[in-house]
Amino acid sequence: MILARVIGNVVATQKNERYHGARIMIVQPINLDGSDRGDPILALDAVDAGEGDRVLVVQEGWSASVAATGRPGAAIDATIVGVVDTIDYES
Amino acid sequence: MRLARVIGRVVATAKNDSLVGRKLLCIQPITLDGRSMGKPMIAVDSVGAGAGEIVFWCRGREASYPFLPDVVPSDCTIVGIVDEVHVKGRDQAR
Repeated sequence: MILARVIGNVVATQKNERYHGARIMIVQPINLDGSDRGDPILALDAVDAGEGDRVLVVQEGWSASVAATGRPGAAIDATIVGVVDTIDYES
Repeated sequence: MRLARVIGRVVATAKNDSLVGRKLLCIQPITLDGRSMGKPMIAVDSVGAGAGEIVFWCRGREASYPFLPDVVPSDCTIVGIVDEVHVKGRDQAR
């Protein structure tokens, strides 16, 4: 998984039917120290993450689809699977 | 998934059978405020996207799932058309 910060969301009415009812968030991948790491991506929210939250994002389709829709086989390649409280690490 | 703008179309008559009848669109990945980012790619459309529209696309094996049970050889499929982009403290990509 990667760490990321939720920085916004996307509204899309015309979309693949497996996306209906899902919240499409914009997340900025971050390093352990919170600094930005690469470009923002879209990820479906499965844990009611809010803007500004640090989150865990899974970027593999089978897991992303199961986490976001309850079953595999959806065209989803990133889903938020956790809201981070603390990160303890030794750099 | 990532954002992109539809900038064109590809027509290929001789192609994999399961691509027949599928729209092949040229997409330009964009930043949240709409600037081009990286190189254009060819995506299979699954939601009726048109030129100039901002879309989001899915990569990898999952890109073939919207067409099941047809097995479409795609690693980049447009799965949504963006109405609004809301970013904390930044303007929108319209």
